[in-house]
Amino acid sequence: MEYVLIIISAVFVNNIVLSKFLGICPFIGVSAKVETSLGMAGAVTFVMTFATMVTYLVQTFILSRLGIGFMQTITFILIIAALVQLVEIILKKVSPSLYQALGIFLPLITTNCAVLGVALLAVQSEYNMIKSVVYAIATSIGFGLALIIFAGIREQLELVNVPAAMKGVPVAFITAGLLAMAFMGFAGMA
Amino acid sequence: MNQLQNFTKGFIRENPVLALFLGLCPTLGVTTSAINGIGMGLATTFVLVMSNISISLLKNLIPGNVRIPAFIVVIASFVTIVELTMQAFVPALFEALGLFIPLIVVNCIVLGRAEAFASKNDLFSSIIDGLGMGVGFTITLFILGSIREILGSGSIFDYKFIQGDGMLIFVLAPGAFIALGYLIVLMRKVNK
Repeated sequence: MEYVLIIISAVFVNNIVLSKFLGICPFIGVSAKVETSLGMAGAVTFVMTFATMVTYLVQTFILSRLGIGFMQTITFILIIAALVQLVEIILKKVSPSLYQALGIFLPLITTNCAVLGVALLAVQSEYNMIKSVVYAIATSIGFGLALIIFAGIREQLELVNVPAAMKGVPVAFITAGLLAMAFMGFAGMA
Repeated sequence: MNQLQNFTKGFIRENPVLALFLGLCPTLGVTTSAINGIGMGLATTFVLVMSNISISLLKNLIPGNVRIPAFIVVIASFVTIVELTMQAFVPALFEALGLFIPLIVVNCIVLGRAEAFASKNDLFSSIIDGLGMGVGFTITLFILGSIREILGSGSIFDYKFIQGDGMLIFVLAPGAFIALGYLIVLMRKVNK
């Protein structure tokens, strides 16, 4: 039951993009087409899950044990950067087709604040290993959901006559605002 | 480029948030009030200036292939300094900004200036560039924070000027997106 609560909370109620404002850059940047957003969502799920797992282990067995919690930010960002590089190298060897599909999105993920944010939040919420991983997967599903809905809306928006000054990013933000309003309907569910 | 131009380019023409769309997460996340906006802006400015100084000084020592990880370590060190300092001296602001303080590390403005400016220019221009961009960022956050605080809770710097609640939606998530959208429209009009 606890896991169901974590999942519903991370996907809908506290959606990482629309209510926590993390990962806005890819949300605005790569959401012009549904296909590219699917690629981005896949890459984020992959990296976020692994990163949360590794940072959890490092936090529990190294940082807390040695009492050097102040090194958290530096350690976590280095782990994420290294992990992204590693995932890129492994994918290139093991599954060239998946590498082709995710290719350009992988390096972008290092600077996706959602990944570092989730790693830090999992530690702050004092989740154990399994809860952290469930939380990371659910969060990335929430990210993918928001991204794909938004991409769908933006594809339609291309066909609409928008005032010149509002073309592109401004109208995307206002659309995101309306989407965030829709997601507020989930408030209180978990 | 003359230094005055270098300083003021971040205000309007190359405003990091409104013209280049960098650093959007903290911009949306912390601007529930004017004071939070200023606090976040100043913290980021400090990191920006210090990392620009270090990277400008180290630019000949860092090998090209590993420059991005090297930049990130430099930035993360300064972010940790800010984090610990704020926790010690302004605990209330530290609580309010929460997760977004460690997340200055992944703020694209800081890494962007390190890569695009400090790693190619001398020390003095890099300091001016960092200050200019930081001030531009702070002003933007202050304006957005003020708009959201005035409309959302009917107060400014915690001084309440209406009875009861404002339009709560502006303090909540949707208001942030909508207010920023209209601010960019305004910016485009000004830039023309």
